[in-house]
Amino acid sequence: MSIVGIAFTPADATGIQAFAAALGMPFRLVQITGDPNTSCGAQQILSAGLEDIPPADGLVSSLEGVVQGASHIVAVSSMASKDVMARLAGVLDCAMVTDVVSADSPSTFKRPIVAGTLVETVEASGAPIVLTFRPAGFTKRPPERASEVESFSISPSKVRVTQAAHKSGGRPDLTQASVVVSGGRPLKDRETFESVIGGLADTLGGAAGATRAAVDSGIAPNELQVGQTGKIVAPDLYIAAGISGSTQHMAGIKDSKCIVAINKDPDAPIFEVADLGLVADLFEAIPAIRNLLGK
Amino acid sequence: MRILIPVKRVVDPFSKVRPLPDGSGIDTTGIKFEINPFDEIAVEEAVRLREKNPDIEIVVVSIGSGDCEEQLRKALAMGADRAILVETTHLFDSLGIAKELKAIVDTEQPSFVLMGKQATDYDCNQVAQMLAAKLGWPQACFASAISINGQALTVNRETDLGVESVEIPMPCVITTDLRLNEPRFVALPGIIKARSKPLDRIPPSATPAPVTRTVKIESPGARPPGRKVASVEELVSELKSRGVLPA
Ligand SMILES: Cc1cc2nc3c(=O)[nH]c(=O)nc-3n(C[C@H](O)[C@H](O)[C@H](O)COP(=O)(O)OP(=O)(O)OC[C@H]3O[C@@H](n4cnc5c(N)ncnc54)[C@H](O)[C@@H]3O)c2cc1C
Repeated sequence: MSIVGIAFTPADATGIQAFAAALGMPFRLVQITGDPNTSCGAQQILSAGLEDIPPADGLVSSLEGVVQGASHIVAVSSMASKDVMARLAGVLDCAMVTDVVSADSPSTFKRPIVAGTLVETVEASGAPIVLTFRPAGFTKRPPERASEVESFSISPSKVRVTQAAHKSGGRPDLTQASVVVSGGRPLKDRETFESVIGGLADTLGGAAGATRAAVDSGIAPNELQVGQTGKIVAPDLYIAAGISGSTQHMAGIKDSKCIVAINKDPDAPIFEVADLGLVADLFEAIPAIRNLLGK
Repeated sequence: MRILIPVKRVVDPFSKVRPLPDGSGIDTTGIKFEINPFDEIAVEEAVRLREKNPDIEIVVVSIGSGDCEEQLRKALAMGADRAILVETTHLFDSLGIAKELKAIVDTEQPSFVLMGKQATDYDCNQVAQMLAAKLGWPQACFASAISINGQALTVNRETDLGVESVEIPMPCVITTDLRLNEPRFVALPGIIKARSKPLDRIPPSATPAPVTRTVKIESPGARPPGRKVASVEELVSELKSRGVLPA
């Protein structure tokens, strides 16, 4: 049995290395964007060297050839991987498992369902198995030499990208950051969100995140949404400021090592899951925290 | 022009669900069922597109037990023109549903399929992409804006990095994200009128053996209980002593 890992960004490679180690299988890597990580221990690296992730139809046609013979075709959970991997499973007419958090066996996996309120154990039959996984559940491995990099070309798509999305700002990626500071509805507007939440994130060298309520009301950009239908984060420190703690939001932060809640309502549900809770007005508490940290 | 919208009956996303005592499924006693919120957004979007392009027919389809009629009626009340209920007790997985939907697409020949990006019960995010693969149609997932542009659609997609704009030729498959619209509230006259709209019940075209099977459903392990701190000073010193902030 062997794995083909599809790395949409360079950071995905170490996740795939950890997943392959957990299953005890060798893996080949297909790197879609950026420079491939040559110390991920892959037996073969195919690199497309693109700047942006191309539309799913063309990408899947080109992947069809290279995944031949693999028992598992895997990717780190992201919007891009959900878009592409499910189409690949459709083309290969095989089983797919989304958001795997642990593997009981090479064909039995655990995954959260209903916004993380339940855990499903699912068994996939036949081969190959396509899956996306959350890297927080798989222990990182030390660097290991990978094979030479070969190039890989992508078939044309019927979809024309007229404007690509580009990462804004200089903060670390939300899904990779070791500190995430998130804000909810009370942040009022973009400027307030940026100065209060963005400001604390910068003090801590972390990323900024938001709730759906904040994104829907234009307080924060959509790519910052954390939760069931947004991004899943697992930082060492997650600070939730002015966030009530809806099931949908909690679904995205449960794997964080330490959750801090700052909320002026002592009965807010977020306090039931937070490791440390501070009942306070965030507009007073956050400047005070920055002050104490001397920045 | 015809838009086909698959809708799923799901447990109310705001209810607290528990596993069945034997772990064989979700305990749904006393739980309300709703249209999957993302499918509701799809129905709303189709209705809005029809306001600008009056020659659109909106067909909704659900695969499942007779109870799915409730969700189809809601979609009809929102403005869909007719409904198809593929009535079955067969346990379909995502791949099976995609195949069944392909059979519906083959008969209905829609210009595009508009569907939720994921169902809020099993959170799989698979069926639309699998359907697009089976049809050999292009896809644009996670739409936050859609407009009809001759033989193509202009779609803004939410991506990991932000919003991307694409031109996608019809026929195609589009999935909806949260920001696409806010579904309308359906008033009583709409619900009454919807009772006379056509709803066809048909058997599934096939009952393929599933390739994924739920072995067990359980509650997640709870996080150890936390505690409240009295002040910002206590918070910062506690974070330092736990090593999550540099001392
Ligand atoms: C299908 C579906 C999917 C969803 N997906 C997501 C998702 O992925 N992510 C997500 O986040 N949500 C999601 N939601 C929405 C979710 O249900 C909640 O509505 C949302 O998370 C609430 O956001 P909030 O906590 O910012 O707002 P609110 O619930 O309004 O909470 C605001 C909180 O701020 C506190 N507060 C107010 N002022 C202050 C102040 N000055 N200082 C300190 N505290 C203050 C209040 O006490 C309150 O607790 C989804 C919902 C549905 C139906």
